Amino acid sequence: MELALAPETLARWQFGITTVYHFLFVPLTISLAALTAGLQTAWVRSEKEVYLRATKFWGKLFLINIAMGVVTGIVQEFQFGMNWSEYSRFVGDIFGAPLAFEALIAFFFESTFIGLWIFGWDKLPKKIHLACIWMVSIGTILSAYFILAANSWMQHPVGFRINKERGRAELTDFWAVLTQNTALAQAFHTLSAAFLTGGAFMVGLAAYHLARRRHIKVMRTSLRLGLVTVVIAGLLTAISGDTLGKVMFKQQPMKMAAAEALWDGQKPAPFSVFAYGDVDKGHNTVAVEVPGLLSFLANDDFTSYVPGINDVNKAEQQKFGPGDYRPNIPAAYWGFRWMIGFGMASFTLGALGLWLTRKKFLLPGHLRTGDDEVPHLVLFGGRALGPKLTHCFWRVATWTMAFPLIANSWGWIFTEMGRQPWVVYGLFQTRQAVSPGVSQTEVAISMAVFTALYAILAVIEVRLLVKYAKAGPPELTEADLNPPTKIGGDHQDADRPMAFSY
Amino acid sequence: MELHDIWFVLIAVLWTGYFFLEGFDFGVGVLTRLLARNRPERRVLINTIGPVWDGNEVWLLSAGGATFAAFPEWYATLFSGFYLPLLLILVCLIVRGVGFEYRAKRPEEKWQRNWEWAIFWSSLIPAFLWGVAFGNIVRGVQIDQHFEYVGGLADLFNPYALLGGAVTLTLFTFHGTVFTALKTVGDIRTRARTLALRLGPVTVVLALGFLVWTQLHSGDGASLVALVVAAVALVGALGAIWRVREGWAFALSGVTIAAAVAMLFLSLFPNVMPSTLDADWSLTVTNASSSPYTLKIMTWCAVIAAPLVMLYQAWTYWVFRKRIGTQHIAEAAH
Repeated sequence: MELALAPETLARWQFGITTVYHFLFVPLTISLAALTAGLQTAWVRSEKEVYLRATKFWGKLFLINIAMGVVTGIVQEFQFGMNWSEYSRFVGDIFGAPLAFEALIAFFFESTFIGLWIFGWDKLPKKIHLACIWMVSIGTILSAYFILAANSWMQHPVGFRINKERGRAELTDFWAVLTQNTALAQAFHTLSAAFLTGGAFMVGLAAYHLARRRHIKVMRTSLRLGLVTVVIAGLLTAISGDTLGKVMFKQQPMKMAAAEALWDGQKPAPFSVFAYGDVDKGHNTVAVEVPGLLSFLANDDFTSYVPGINDVNKAEQQKFGPGDYRPNIPAAYWGFRWMIGFGMASFTLGALGLWLTRKKFLLPGHLRTGDDEVPHLVLFGGRALGPKLTHCFWRVATWTMAFPLIANSWGWIFTEMGRQPWVVYGLFQTRQAVSPGVSQTEVAISMAVFTALYAILAVIEVRLLVKYAKAGPPELTEADLNPPTKIGGDHQDADRPMAFSY
Repeated sequence: MELHDIWFVLIAVLWTGYFFLEGFDFGVGVLTRLLARNRPERRVLINTIGPVWDGNEVWLLSAGGATFAAFPEWYATLFSGFYLPLLLILVCLIVRGVGFEYRAKRPEEKWQRNWEWAIFWSSLIPAFLWGVAFGNIVRGVQIDQHFEYVGGLADLFNPYALLGGAVTLTLFTFHGTVFTALKTVGDIRTRARTLALRLGPVTVVLALGFLVWTQLHSGDGASLVALVVAAVALVGALGAIWRVREGWAFALSGVTIAAAVAMLFLSLFPNVMPSTLDADWSLTVTNASSSPYTLKIMTWCAVIAAPLVMLYQAWTYWVFRKRIGTQHIAEAAH
């Protein structure tokens, strides 16, 4: 089979490009919404100005980011019908419902309350305005859950029957689709990774400013919030990743065998650290392994049996008929490793940073710093790191910002490519799913258009982010400190300019 | 009335919500060139829809998602069939959304001017293309026995559909002009009213032409009623704006849009996408719909969520009820 000529190839590339791109913005949106809401809550409760300045700063970056997330999300919603009409016909009865729920419940929440939040600074009393950003945050999380439940159904279809007469899958148990363990584990994993992403973003920008001794008060607060987020979310990402992995070993043994380049089943099975192999012959030529670890990851037991690629392929041939049921092994293997590697690296940096900048009571008196000083970085005992190492740490912390984004992208590439040749595992293959009426030319046009448009927008977006990130938190105005007491704004001055305008 | 009939109505409601709401913000986008004379006025226009355009657009996502869930075959045929026009609409919606958010984020003259042009075109093009799309849905397109669209791109741009496009473009622009008269203060408000009075008659002629054509092509008694309501409301809106009753004018141009959508759906029923090749190959509410179980769950979701959405979106409009003028826009854009 020559995959490059297959009718679904271009459509797959388009889906991959638009989805990975969309998902650069999604995790930042989810986490920055909640973190901004947290900072604003701190402002409303404590009335400390540093929290309001932090809210405004991170809120602005959040808005630049969510704009891209929203508009690229529109493409996702219609792409199924455009490029994957056979898929839509076959699964629409099931797959459409969570999408519709997402729009009717989550998108309306997000988009309506974001408008209220952006323009509401001088129109809403403090607490109602705060409630708006929390509504946005709830909207982003609900949205993630619905779409992940839909995706989980593609990974592990449940709660359905096949209607032979209509030639499609039909829903029999919506609750099962929403609450199956795949959906729970995947939502847990994706959401914690989202917070890891937002935490690392905060740490990175705070480190950038602290290294230059600018905006110290706000950045100190942000650094701590970011570090704590990275450590907690990083731990949760690892735990949920382990859970999801165990679920996958049961539900999609092929994907996990491919993730490990485990060609033949072994008991006990080793965890592969590095492998280079021959896909056609079905074995590795070079392999560095940790014995027994894979058995433990799969089954909580160091001595258990884990089936290999060749075994699963044979089993699936018996079950589904002749064919090649192996995904792209190098993509799955390396995608899995880049995901874990970059995720772990950002978590490690966060843990190190949290220790280096630890709280006052763990430090000797002369190393303690005030709210308006850059914290000393203290590894052990009574000595701060020298200027060179300090500089080095801030720089590494800044670059770590990109790590979770890379990990997220590879995570999706791994889980989607690892499911191939299936679009719905065990039920419907990707090559059956593509739109028969859409020509290759049309797909090529739309792929070229989206790729070019997304590339241009990426340049514009990143430049704006850099501009506002470098500018630092804004100074507060009289109006900021005196929010209205009435809904719609106080009426003393009808001609006062709006606090925010496009 | 079976569940798939209810869902036919609900899809119509979602499209009505979309065209009613995004209709005026498309219109306002067009007015940034048609009405505004300078940058401060353009900013006034953009800010009348600033807090709400995103929520308005979700009506489209809901219509799309609900069609996917309730009528998967319709969703599949429509979006794979109208591929390139839909691509253009998506590109416009992307550019437009980013334009609103980013335009004021840099002070440079060129940056702002570019985004303003982007907002104008990306409002005008979808306002036109949605009419073309619905014209084709109602008129019927070449659909084969596998429910695949087998016509070409040029077939979509037939006279009836083009007239449909002209109607949505002028009707949305009129709706947006009335909205501007309702939401602004000062000189721009007066000029919005004048423009609405000029635009109104053109809209009436085009809309009547299109709706009567529809009625003759596939109408029945019910669709005739909707046609009359649309026509009366549109003339009423024109009368109200003439008498400077801007609230009434806006309500009536809204009724016009709702009645026009109702008319299109009434003349469509029980088809959802008729085939011009063979009536047996038409997509109908029966052969395009989901299973009763899915429709039941979707109904529960819609019955609970939709009124809530209307409630909190209405509240948003109430929060931002003040008219705005150039004096409300701060000098330094940031």
